[in-house]
Amino acid sequence: MFADYSTSELMSIFAMQGFAGLILFSVFVLMALGLAIIFGQMGVINMAHGEFMILGAYVTYLTSNVFSEYMPSMFGSYFFIAMILAFIAAGALGMFVEWALIRHLYKRPLDTLLATWGLSLILQQIYRSVFGAREVGVTLPDWLMGSFQLSEIVEVPINGIFVMTLAIGISLAVAALMYKSRWGIQVRSVVQNRPMAGAVGINTSKVDRLTFGLGCGIAGVAGSAFTMIGSTGPTSGQLYIVDTFLVVVFGGAASLLGTIASAFTISQAQSTMEFFLSGSMAKVLTLLFVVVILMLRPQGLFSLKVRR
Amino acid sequence: MLSVSNYHVSYGQSEIIHGMNFDVKPNEIVAIMGRNGMGKTTLMKSLMGVIPSKSGEITLGGKDVSNMQSYQRVGAGFGFVPQGRMIFSSMTVKENIETGLTTTKARTVPKDLYDLFPVLLEMRNRRGGNLSGGQQQQLAIARALASDPKLLLLDEPTEGIQPSIIRDMARTLKEIRDQRGLSIVVSEQVLSFALDIADRILVIEKGEIVHEELRENVDEAKIASYLSV
Repeated sequence: MFADYSTSELMSIFAMQGFAGLILFSVFVLMALGLAIIFGQMGVINMAHGEFMILGAYVTYLTSNVFSEYMPSMFGSYFFIAMILAFIAAGALGMFVEWALIRHLYKRPLDTLLATWGLSLILQQIYRSVFGAREVGVTLPDWLMGSFQLSEIVEVPINGIFVMTLAIGISLAVAALMYKSRWGIQVRSVVQNRPMAGAVGINTSKVDRLTFGLGCGIAGVAGSAFTMIGSTGPTSGQLYIVDTFLVVVFGGAASLLGTIASAFTISQAQSTMEFFLSGSMAKVLTLLFVVVILMLRPQGLFSLKVRR
Repeated sequence: MLSVSNYHVSYGQSEIIHGMNFDVKPNEIVAIMGRNGMGKTTLMKSLMGVIPSKSGEITLGGKDVSNMQSYQRVGAGFGFVPQGRMIFSSMTVKENIETGLTTTKARTVPKDLYDLFPVLLEMRNRRGGNLSGGQQQQLAIARALASDPKLLLLDEPTEGIQPSIIRDMARTLKEIRDQRGLSIVVSEQVLSFALDIADRILVIEKGEIVHEELRENVDEAKIASYLSV
């Protein structure tokens, strides 16, 4: 299949597909980080994660409408405000859900699967009733449009670079929060042994609520970034939840670094193969590859070496 | 310091602790002895709020803590070293101690903890799970002391630990009591350790205190008879 292209063309194709893969990687990272906290750290199988993401996307859509209606002069900067609002909205909903539903299920992790799946159906119907079944798209501010021309064939879109910067920034922030801050220490101890964490003086229910809220908030930001790449409908979240779980499980559930490495592997493989094969063939090959690796290494790519 | 009165604990319908009464004076070390299944661990866990009590009252320094949750009890002055040590195995030694600082608002691990357990300073960047049993026990004690407790509860601290280290531990615990002026309640099956450390010995059987004696006039044979099957 490489025979039709000259060497320089092939190089350019790999460069461009590599970059497209990097954008996909950034979206995967943004989606998977929230789930890595909720599923990887807390052990809650959150099937509604995609819906939290879509909430962020709808908040971005609303914000862009408000700005173009009332403050057209400020339209260029709406995206930053939309992301903050998306984080707050998804995080607040997450904390409410934790209080109403999840906190009763920490001892029954499999039941969280059913409960959150039900929640995802409820949220989808709410989106459908409020925003309608049709997909909506947002208008990007001018500075996010267009692309850099690197060579005759290679060009990189500006919004892709923006998503990548965002993904890197949020990954670093989450890593610092989990591994360098006092709050991170509390989260990790609560996750490892809830009764014992209480017995050393940690308010476990508060930590649980904030952790779940943070994971959902990051999903909201991911949804906000998602509006730059695809359009938003009530069921868009469903399309991504499987990929997101795949990334987290493949990376090794408790490891943030593993999540990032696995998002990178999967997105690059997917994007490079998509150019030469059909999209569904690429997907099949990626899944086969992941299944084989998980059979050889059930704990995922990265795992902690520690006596249990 | 600690006062427990008419204290009942049960799992569902089956009551484990039946109306227990005892006091611990400031600066006193009390050993609670008894065979397996007599309610030692249940008593310790429920004093800490890890499992709920059914009825009765606990006060610490005159303050009623019966309805508090675990983390509030730590704030009120309880420190807990559980059976099996229960350190956070994937976190480093330093991070493990830092979990205990939550209620004190201190930012760094107090130096005197490392002075008590120099081995922890040496190993501060190792993961807790990779320490030996004796080192983990020291870590669990350091973690409990980090919250600056008025009363330290230790549940079978000698379990799975070699005799020479058990003797060291007895000395360290007395040193901690003298330095910090706290009270210690320790549940124990090893009589020699209890005799080494305690000012007073309580024996529990089937969830009731059946025997109580001061260290000075303890009758070793009698206590041993309670512990033998």
